[in-house]
This record gives sequence, C-alpha cells and structure tokens, in this order.
Amino acid sequence: MANQEKKQSFGEKLLRTDVLYTLICIVIGFIVGAILLALAGISPAVAYGKLVDGVFSKPKYVVWSIVYATPIILTGLSVAFSFKTGVFNIGAEGQFVVGSLAAVCVGIFCPLPKPLHILLCLLAAAVAGGLWSMLVAILKVKRGINEVLSFIMFNWIAYYLSNYVVNIGAVHKTGEGEATKDILETASMTFKTGNAAVDKFLGGGASYSIVFAVLAAIIIAFILDKTTLGYKLKAVGFNKHAAQYGGINANKEILTALTISGMLAGLGGACQLMGMGNRISQFSSQEMYGFQGITVALIASSNPIGCIFAGLFYGAMKYGGTKLSLVNAPNEIVNIIMGTIIFFIAIAPALKKAILKTRGGK
Amino acid sequence: MGRESHVDLSQTVIAMHDIVKKFGDFTANDGINLTVHKGEVHAILGENGAGKSTLMNVLYGLYKPTSGYIEVAGKKENIDSPEKAIELGIGMVHQHFMLVQPFTVTENIILGMEPTKGLQVDLKKAREQVVELSERYGLQVDPDAKIEDVSVGMQQRVEILKVLYRGADILILDEPTASLTPQEITELIEIIGHLTADGKSVILITHKLKEIKSSADYCTIIRQGKYIQTVKVEEVDENDLASMMVGRNVNFKVDKKEQEPGEVALEVSNVHGNDYRNIEILKGLNLKVRKGEIVGLAGVDGNGQTELVEIITGLRKGTQGSVKVNGKEVFNLSPKEIFDAGITSIPADRQKHGLVLQFSNAENLILQNFATPEYSKHGVLKKDVIRAHATEMFEKFDIRPRGKELAPSGTLSGGNQQKVIIAREITNDSDVLIAVNPTRGLDVGAIEYVHKYLVEQRNKGKAVLLVSFELDEIMSLSDQIDVIFDGKIVGRVPGKGADENELGLMMAGGANNG
Amino acid sequence: MEFTKDLGLLINAMMTYTPPLLLAALGSCFSERSGVINIGIEGMMTIGAFVGAATALTFGNPWIAFLCGGLAGALFGLLHAIACISYQADQTISGTAINFLAPGLAVFLCKTFYDNSTDTPALQPSMKLPKFFDGIFPVGSFGYNAICNYSVAYLSILLVLVIWFVFYKTKFGMRLRACGESPEACDTLGINVYGVRYVCVILSGLLAGFGGAYVTLATVSQFRPIVIVGQGFMAIAAVIFGKFKPQGAMWACLLFGLCNGIKVLASQGNAVSPNLISMIPYVVTILALVLFVGAARVPAANGRPFEKAK
Repeated sequence: MANQEKKQSFGEKLLRTDVLYTLICIVIGFIVGAILLALAGISPAVAYGKLVDGVFSKPKYVVWSIVYATPIILTGLSVAFSFKTGVFNIGAEGQFVVGSLAAVCVGIFCPLPKPLHILLCLLAAAVAGGLWSMLVAILKVKRGINEVLSFIMFNWIAYYLSNYVVNIGAVHKTGEGEATKDILETASMTFKTGNAAVDKFLGGGASYSIVFAVLAAIIIAFILDKTTLGYKLKAVGFNKHAAQYGGINANKEILTALTISGMLAGLGGACQLMGMGNRISQFSSQEMYGFQGITVALIASSNPIGCIFAGLFYGAMKYGGTKLSLVNAPNEIVNIIMGTIIFFIAIAPALKKAILKTRGGK
Repeated sequence: MGRESHVDLSQTVIAMHDIVKKFGDFTANDGINLTVHKGEVHAILGENGAGKSTLMNVLYGLYKPTSGYIEVAGKKENIDSPEKAIELGIGMVHQHFMLVQPFTVTENIILGMEPTKGLQVDLKKAREQVVELSERYGLQVDPDAKIEDVSVGMQQRVEILKVLYRGADILILDEPTASLTPQEITELIEIIGHLTADGKSVILITHKLKEIKSSADYCTIIRQGKYIQTVKVEEVDENDLASMMVGRNVNFKVDKKEQEPGEVALEVSNVHGNDYRNIEILKGLNLKVRKGEIVGLAGVDGNGQTELVEIITGLRKGTQGSVKVNGKEVFNLSPKEIFDAGITSIPADRQKHGLVLQFSNAENLILQNFATPEYSKHGVLKKDVIRAHATEMFEKFDIRPRGKELAPSGTLSGGNQQKVIIAREITNDSDVLIAVNPTRGLDVGAIEYVHKYLVEQRNKGKAVLLVSFELDEIMSLSDQIDVIFDGKIVGRVPGKGADENELGLMMAGGANNG
Repeated sequence: MEFTKDLGLLINAMMTYTPPLLLAALGSCFSERSGVINIGIEGMMTIGAFVGAATALTFGNPWIAFLCGGLAGALFGLLHAIACISYQADQTISGTAINFLAPGLAVFLCKTFYDNSTDTPALQPSMKLPKFFDGIFPVGSFGYNAICNYSVAYLSILLVLVIWFVFYKTKFGMRLRACGESPEACDTLGINVYGVRYVCVILSGLLAGFGGAYVTLATVSQFRPIVIVGQGFMAIAAVIFGKFKPQGAMWACLLFGLCNGIKVLASQGNAVSPNLISMIPYVVTILALVLFVGAARVPAANGRPFEKAK
C-alpha cells in the first residue's frame, strides 16, 4: 500500500518536474516566436500553420521529418551520454563529420552485399567518431588539456579534412559539383518498396536509418541504467573523487565515456550520409549537427529515450522550417524558437524551485 | 586560571531579542536572546545543528530573521547585509575560512576595502597597514605569501586580521579552534585577551567546554534551536555545561574491554610523499596497527595525515616507502587492488569521497562491490538484490528515514549519510579499517553511534586506524596513540592514561620521546 | 625584397584575423574570471556583426555602427547574466541558447529589413572603419601591408594593456578575480558578487559584439550568416590557451592570427591543398598545448552558480 502511494507520488513528481516544465518551455518558445513574427509583419497563424502543414499534411512530409531527425537524435544521444558521464562533448560536430567521411569511403570503395555493406559503413563511422573523440580524451587525461578547447580544434580539423577528402581525385564526383561520388547502392539506407503507390505515398526520402537511431537510444538507456559500465561512468560523472575512492579508475572511464559518445556522433554522420544524401558535399560552413545535438540533449534532459522525441521534434521543426519561405517567413524563426526553449530550460530549475516553495509554504 | 576579565557591564554592545529563523518548515532558531557587553568574551554553546551558526549569520546580516530584532550599541538596527554588519563594527571569522586561495595574505585582508592611489589599489600602503595591525595584536602573518601556501593557523590569523582591518569592535569567532593544536589554542586565547583589553567584544561559537572555561565570561546555551539559558562561566563547571547543552547527563567515556592485540595487520614503513603542490609532506613515516587494536593518529591538520591516508588507500602515489597489509605489499597499487587486499576506509569528507550524492542509497551501499557476482552478472546490475541489500542495511544500521533506499543520498542528513558509509565499510569486513574524522559535524547521538561501531570492530579483531583532529576522540578511543608532526611520527603513547599536554607538545613538534 | 613583401603580407593577414578574435577573447576573460562560463560569445559576435553592418548602412558612420554592434552584444550578455546570475541557470545551457537565439535573430532581422535576403548590401568605403597612416606608404609595400592596417587592430592591442591594468591593478579587477575564485568570501566581505558578475558578463557581450562588428565594418564589408561561424569558439579556445589571462589570450590570438597569415601566404602557391593549409592553426594549437602549455588552472568558482543566502 505504502509502495503504491510512493509510485503515485513519483509519477506525479515526474510530471510536475521535467516533462511538464519542458512542455511549458516549448510553449514559451512558440509564443516568443509568434511575437517576433508579428513584429516583422508576418502573421504567426499563417507561419505556424505552414510549419504544421509542412510536417503533417502529407505522409511523405512526416517521412522527411523523420529523416531530418535521425542524425540529430544520434548527436543528441552523443551529447546526452557525455553529460550523464560528466564531460561536455562539444565536439560531436567533428565526430559526426569524420563518421560520415569513414562511411563514405567504405560506401564507395568496399563493394559488399547489402546488409553487410551497411553494417560495415556504420562500424567504420562509429570507429572513426570514437577515435576522433578518444584523442581528445587522451589529451585531457594524460596532459590535462581542457576538452572544450581541443574539441573546438578537432571540429575544425575534421571540417577541413572532409573538404580535403571530398576533393581527392579518387573520391571526387566526376563531372559537376563539389561533392564525393555517391556511395554504392548496397550501402544506402534509402529504400523503395517497388510498389509505385506505396513509394509515392512515402515519397523519395524513405529510409530506415531511424531504426538505428532508436536502437542506439535503447542500448544507451540500458547501459546507463542497468549495467556496471553505466554505474562506473555515472559515478565518475557525478563525483570523480568518490568513484576513485570506490576503486573505479576515473581516467579510464572518462576515456570510455568520450569514446562511446564519439561513436554515437559518428553513427549520426553515417545515418545522415546513408539515409539521405548518399554523398558528402564540400562544406561552406559547419553543418551544426553537433550543436543541434546539444539542443536535443538539453530538451531531453539527457534522457536517452527522451532524445528520440526531442530529436523528432527538432527534425520536424527543421524540415517544416524549410517550407516557411513559401509564406515569406524567415526560417530562422525555428532557431529563435529553439533558442528560446533552451533559454527557458536553463532557468526552469530556478522557476521550479520558486513554484515548489510557494506550494510548500502555503 | 588567572584570566583577567575586561567586561564593562555598563555598556551593552549587542542585544538580540527573540530571534526566530525558519527555513521552510524547519525552525533553526526559535526565540533566542543574546546580550554582549564591551570587553566581554561571550561563548555560545550548543551541539552541531543546534542553531549557533544560524544565529551568528543573522547577526552578521547573511540571513534575515523571520522575527525578532537586534540592537547594536542600544540602537535598533536592521542588519540586512554583511556590509551593514561591517559598518556597525561587527566582524565574523567563519569556521570554513573564506579566503581567496591564489591571493596573497595582504590582498585577502584588504579585499572589499582596498586603499587606492588614483585608479590603482595601493598595495604598498595596504601591506604597511597589515604589518601594523598584525604587530599590534600579536597576530603573526607573512603579508606576501599566498593563502594556498600558508598553514591553517596562519589562515585563521588572516581571517581575524580581515575583521580587525574593517575596524570591527565585535568579533564573532565560529568554532575557531577546530583545527588548532592545544598550544595554538592557548595562543588564540591570549590573542582574545589582547582584543578584549583593547575594548573589543568577542562572541565565541564552540562546543568545546574546556575552552569556554578558560576564555569566556558568559555563556549562552542553545539546544535544538531553542534558547536554554545564559550563565556566568565562573559559576558553573564543565559537567553542568555539558548537560545543559545535551539536555541530559552525558557519558563521554567509551566502554572498551581490555584485549590483547594480535599480529600486525597494517605496516607502513618509511613512506615519503608529496602534497598537491608537489612539496614533500611525508618524510619517512612509520606506523603499525595490530589486529584488535585502535591506533589513534593525533596531529594538527596539515602535517601529512590526509596524504598518508590517500597513499595507504591508493588515491595518491607515494614517492618512496612500503605499505603492507597482512604482510602483502600494496604500496602505490590502485585503490581497487588495495581494497581487495583488505583495507577499507571511512573518508574524511563524506560528500567528496564517501558518497556519490546523486546516486541512490542502494547504489552508494555497493560502491566498491557493484562488479562482484553478488550484485551483477555479465555486466548487468542485479537491481533487486541491490535494493534488498539496502533495505537490510537500513535496518541493521538504523539509517533514517526508512524506505529511502532508492532516494539520492544527498537528501539524507549528515549523520545518516555517515551511517550509509559506515554500513558499507563495516559490511566490507576488511582486516584494516581506517577512519578519518569519522564524527565531524555529527551530533552527540550520532557520535556515540560511530564510536560504538569503531570499538566493535576492534573487539572483533580488526585493525583500526583512527585519524582525527579531535584530541578528545583520539584519547577516549585509542589503544595506542601515534603523534604525527611534519610528516613523521614523533611519538607513541598508550591510549590509557595519555596526557593531553604531553600530546599537545608533541603535536606542535616540541618533544620527541619516540 | 620578396621577403619583406611576404612579411608585410603575413603581418597584414595576421592583423586582419586577430582583432575580432582578440576583442571577443578579452570579453570572455571578463566573464570567465568572474566565474561565469560564456559559450554564447559566438552568438554575441554574430548579432554584433549584423547590427554593426545594419547601423552603418542606416547612419553611415562606422564608429556609431561599431558602438551599436557592441551594445547588441551587450544586450545578449545581459540576457546571459540574468539567466546565470539571477536564476542560477546552468551556464552552458544558457550559452547554448544564446548561440541559437542571437544568430537566428540576426538573420531574421536581416531578412526582415533587407528584402528577405540573408546578406546585407555591401558597405560603402565611407561606412567602413578607417585605416591609420593611409596614403603614407605606397599600396602593396611592406609599410602599407604591415602598418597601415585597420585602426581598430591597433586599438584592440591597446585594449589588452588597459584590460591588463584593470585586472591586476584596480579595485574592480581584484574583486572580479576574487569573485571567480571564491564568491562566498567576497559575499562575506560585503562585495556585491551579483553586481560584479553582471558587469563582467555584460562587458563580455559588449566586447564580443565589438569583435563581431569589426568583422563586418572592417574585414568583410557586409553581413552574411557565415561571417562569424566558429570565431566565437576560437576566442574561447584562446582564453583557455592563454590560461584565462588577458595577456595570455592576446598571445594565443596572435598565434592564431599568425597561422592564418601563414595559411594566406602558403595558399599563394598551388603546391599544397588549401584545405590542408587551413588546418594549420588548429593543429598548431593542439601541438602547442601538448608541448608547451599544458593544463590551465580554471578559476575555482568558474561555472558554479552562486546563490546568496536569504
């Protein structure tokens, strides 16, 4: 009986804390966006209508939104995992890039039967992303170099590395365009059912990359919650001193945590490549997948399963945002809304405390 | 005792009336009165958590009282900030020093009231002022040293100088002797004498009865947030004070049966090691603890105790030496290997080292054992077993409140957090138990509880090394007392019949009969 | 002759790249040393870049535009300060929010005012920050390249001296460093920790805004969404590299600038891929950290919200 009560109050508490406050923050984000749109002489109703329409009015739009969401669910997981283990992976951007770079190479040069080829590409991306992040972890652990600093450097090195590889003769697309060759068909995750009606229904973007993102989220949730590895990583993340006192090798776990985090971002790069573009174009500026991952992680309060929903939300906003120009509304409003949401998520704990205080002190 | 009183009863400098301070539902101060005169040393006595510090934080403007009022020099004042308190001549020396580590002594003293020359801070003038003040009150400091490089004693003198520099006439000293040697305590009492002779008043927050007897004129007793009474110190003895503080007669004696110790379980030989600044702090230390005995390591904070324990438990690498557990060499092995060899410890800082505060109590109770087959299989935690273990520990070690096995440890009181650690370490059942300041910040009930468990371990044939800055604790629990000074053991005396003054002298490096 | 010309070009490229970075890095020093992590520098630079360009186009005076760019950055500094200081928000989260809000707003406003374009029109030469010693040296000579640079380039170096003086010689500097180490100690001494931190975080926004405005008013001559991308983060990197000291940050920025100069010179030939050359600054930074600099001592209270007792 007492247990029952506890469960209820726990559920109530959950509602009253994270999820509810996140929803409130999302609402505030849209309100601020609406005010700005109105000030700029654009009807918020029209713009938001287009946004919703652009995501939900046709099944293929929903499919596109999911495809947009997939890579940022993975970079979101990457950042969330790093937060849970006490480090800040601001380098998911670079790990994403080297991940897609590894996948593109395997995708072009290693012909294999379909499922194997995809798995090998994913593996290559995870290894590349993991190594890229591990280098930073080694610098941190061995030389005490601030990881934020080296991540920023590694993001840029990855950026130029990608542009370099794109322009290597063997990789470069023959003919027009600053991009790599397309990956082989066996490495692509986009699919056609063969049934013309269904394919039209789903649109050209259909891809099963999302399956890997969801799978990754479930595995990460399991690791964090149920395993000794998760126990060690969280112990180091929360309190390095106590973890060491308890016999856990903190440096080793930091290395492990950042490597896993990098692998996730690398996978994100592969999913973006194989689920959508099938090639890498030359960058003119950073693609921001890593930074969008930070947002996803924050909206999800670093909960791995939450990252799926936060990623879908952001993916839909990104995709819907591309339609805004049709009604002459700047699609930057999406970034403003997201920024406002995060800003309020930042101050939500203080507001929550204030609210609970007035409730408690009645 | 021959102490000279400087009280001038005709001049009341502070009068606090019916102070009530609530934090949410918790009442920390419940109608407390306090009157202090010019030249008076007024002790405030109470257990940990009785509300002494809260009261002083109200007086110093850090907390707003829920009700009640304060008069300073006969005038009702609303002290709403430390600035206001400073303006009114009230200064506070906090128990946890409030110093900026990378700043020099001089910079720390002048911070917030910097003398300037044009746009610049006039450090030359500041230094002169500091030197002048320190000479006037006999507070020796090195004005140019950085705080991170000076001793705890000097840090305290810096804190007192900070207050004097601000022209305080009323000094609040919060547990000022917590980490001083008996000799340094005597010096501090002398300094307090200089101050009161100069017409200043001192409010002394403490739970040490002896100090009150030797330094205070009046004493106000607080218990569980409530005002008990104010007594003239010369009219009461220590036992009276103790029972007023606790509300019952207390037995400071620990029951301990006579017992012949067994073979050596922990042997530390010629250990050298550096502190966090890489300066050698352990200079060839030797120590032996046999099964079935408690060895107390007495010493002033900063003589290498922390580093010694860290080296023994593997948290710090020593530069040279040997540590043996039951004859097995464990020097500079990893914490895990040392734990497996049979050393377990109750760390000094329970929130830093002892617990992951965000973890549930159930998780904290298996901190060293989560990977054993008992609690995990193929890398997956056995959540049910872990929880059942926690429930059992809660019962066996009386951890309260019950039913909080899955709540974060950070939500428990300090005493119950300590119980979680003790439950874990005692259940580990290692041959050697090291306890570092195991009762710091606990109330009398919890202290008795901790002492009982330590003695029980000894009786069960474990080797117990007790490191404590509380000399009373060491003297009442230990079978043997080793005194550490400047990174070496400078003497060993039997626990029974140990003389405090003799120990104090050794702790200050003044004698060597080892 | 060839050598002095190259040297001139090198200095020129260095002094083009360094000032915006340095201005933002100096801002970052204020914020970090007072105990507030500010990764929103990037966003503050972007809004400064846009407002700088837009006000120059509107008023025609580069100095007014420069000031407005700074103020726009300061406004976002204020926002960050409110969240981090008054509401004890997680400083990384708030900074991330600003990195979405400010650039989003910059492009949004650009589209609103400039005919739905993401770029502003190009600035007239009269709207750009003036050069010192113009006309003294023949165009293309060493003197022209090395000395006759954008005036603010020299002002930014001068500013390092001023800020060094503020940090280490004045009352305010001493207090701001103390707030970053032990806000509790400052509080007991009657120092207004919130006040000091507010000033520092707003200053960090102001200087980042100046840095952003410099880019559009001196280097690029117009606002584009990607004029800043990454420079704010590089400024933060410079501060960590420079061990949180203004003079240290300056050396780091000059090193980044020098690498950039080498990059410009090296890409004159076609021997090496420009993309590989572009990696030089980042690789050099990592190498320098590993070989010479090592770990930086972060201010003790950095990132830790301070809550005043009630």
